[in-house]
Amino acid sequence: MSIQMGMTRRLALAAGIGAMMGAAPALAQAEIKIGAVLSVTGPASFLGDPEKRTLEMEVEALNAKGGLLGRKIRLIVYDDAGDANAARTFATRLLEEDKVSAMVGGSTTGTTLAMVPAFEDAQVPFISLAGAIQIIKPVRKWVFKTPHTDTMACEKIFEDMKKRGAVKIGMISGTDGFGKSMRDQCVGVAGKYGIEILHEESYGPRDTDMTPQLTNIKNKAGVQAVINPGFGQGPAIVTRNYRQLGITVPLYQSHGVASKQFIDLAGPAAEGVRLPAAALLVASKLPDSDPQKKVVTQYTADYTKKTGQPVSTFGGHAYDGFHIWKQAVERAKTDNPAKVRDEIEKTKGYVGTGGVVNMSATDHMGLDLSAFRMLEIKNGDWTLVQ
Amino acid sequence: MPELLQFAFSGLTVGAVYALVALGFTLIYNASDVVNFAQGEFVMLGGMITVFLHLAGLPLPIAAVAAILITVLVGLALYAFAIDLARGSGAVQIIIITIGASIFLRGVAQVIFDKRFHALPAWFGSEPIRLGGAAILPQSLVVLAGAALIVALIFLMIDRTILGRAILATATNRLAARLVGIPVRRIVALSFALSAAIGAIAGLLVTPITLTSYDVGTLMALKGFAAAMLGGMGSAPGAIVGGVLLGLAESFGAGLISSKYKDAIAFLIILFTLFVRPQGLFGKRSTERV
Repeated sequence: MSIQMGMTRRLALAAGIGAMMGAAPALAQAEIKIGAVLSVTGPASFLGDPEKRTLEMEVEALNAKGGLLGRKIRLIVYDDAGDANAARTFATRLLEEDKVSAMVGGSTTGTTLAMVPAFEDAQVPFISLAGAIQIIKPVRKWVFKTPHTDTMACEKIFEDMKKRGAVKIGMISGTDGFGKSMRDQCVGVAGKYGIEILHEESYGPRDTDMTPQLTNIKNKAGVQAVINPGFGQGPAIVTRNYRQLGITVPLYQSHGVASKQFIDLAGPAAEGVRLPAAALLVASKLPDSDPQKKVVTQYTADYTKKTGQPVSTFGGHAYDGFHIWKQAVERAKTDNPAKVRDEIEKTKGYVGTGGVVNMSATDHMGLDLSAFRMLEIKNGDWTLVQ
Repeated sequence: MPELLQFAFSGLTVGAVYALVALGFTLIYNASDVVNFAQGEFVMLGGMITVFLHLAGLPLPIAAVAAILITVLVGLALYAFAIDLARGSGAVQIIIITIGASIFLRGVAQVIFDKRFHALPAWFGSEPIRLGGAAILPQSLVVLAGAALIVALIFLMIDRTILGRAILATATNRLAARLVGIPVRRIVALSFALSAAIGAIAGLLVTPITLTSYDVGTLMALKGFAAAMLGGMGSAPGAIVGGVLLGLAESFGAGLISSKYKDAIAFLIILFTLFVRPQGLFGKRSTERV
């Protein structure tokens, strides 16, 4: 059975390559196919849904302007519902049946890593929209990503802490996947910034009261700031309990809660909380001199007009992935996967919603700390920390 | 010292909610031998319906009362369309039906409401009261007072009214109760309505502190069930004590030992208790159910 499957797959692949090589000139006016396996429904739908809407919006806009290289673009979207096995199956279908020339997708780290081998085997470029650094480290020839990493969020926070003279800190993290991963990243880079973690606590993703943990942090002598890597409602409760206990040292939240909903849930307790976030969230507050001002205000306006929903950074990741690919195709003057891959790797100075991207053979993300802005919550709204 | 007081406040508040959920379990269990795993969904409905009616423009008190009434209707519907129809089956089958009902309610809530977290404003503001070096939210006092009031009312009703006597008689021996003319099916329906109301009240009392979403019920049911087992399934005082003990074990476990193992500590205590006293702290040793 498995041998047969392998045969069929290889045959299909060979046929695919044959068709591509033999028929390429004849198909010059054919569609350019781009694939996207996204978690549109299921637990990660908050990622996949805006990503899908963004890709569809951008493809539609580009086709209305005549497409790319004079050819229409066809976007093929599959919904993996957050399931890595399903993602892997869809990746194979994209490559073998749909014969896409590139992929912008992979909403979660899990689904992305499940799909990577398929794209490496087929030698088709894959721009992932997921967070973890493992996707691009070690560098994989055919794999790129657009979102910033948790490590960068930790670094941005530590940088700001140091500026305010806080080097001895307390940490309270969620035990969910995001909280745990970011906690590990933060512990990893703390030394580099001379930050000492004096006391550490954790809480379960569904916990409703964190005062015991925060009481211990409050009573630990010498704590100058507190960081809370976490996701969902946990950080909102931590913030409320933090004010309830009257802890006065600065509280830092992560980019995981960089949404209006966090301010709504935490209420007045959120005043003074700082967190790193993408420029997209504060589009209207950026100074005109900001290089990202134009792209983020344009994308915000387009997206809210098209969908009637507020923008999220996740949709922004898809926007960046699509445009990095589009520009690479324009430079390569073909949708040949190998040539497009080389051009993606040469992306320099692309200004996107997530930051300014400068890729290289050793960096398949191309973002630096300037991708994050430090925000402070004041009067129930974000303000930029200069 | 102040930190111990803080842990105690935290444990009491969380424990009061567990106690109310456990009390809901107990009422239905006594009337029908059924462990109703949709009990947590009543808590969710109480909170979520209040939030959405309030968002729709209703004043908070009216939204709260409406949420309780709607949840009671859901409880009655659960009895009429799921439990009563299967009344010939054994307790285990009916328990599985309640698990199905809980998944169904969660799914419907996800579609009717949304998948986000929601908060309600605290009744008396969110400025904490400082007491002996500890800080307690006014809403925590509301939760404690509300829980105490509900418990007192339930006990009074069972002790002093004919209806309460009928519930007690049904719990003791259903066949005998029917023989003396007690409408047993209506009593069981009443126990579902009462449990739904208690769950809904717990939900709307606690939402200003803990926030709510369509899926908070699962954890509530788990913790409430553990509390009911600890206190002794079927014992109302046991449900209260079990709930409060579980809450305190969690907060002191997190505060004094390790926040990583806080749930493990709480469940270890329960395991140990049940090992020594399989019938729970207040449960009567029963042989006929084994």
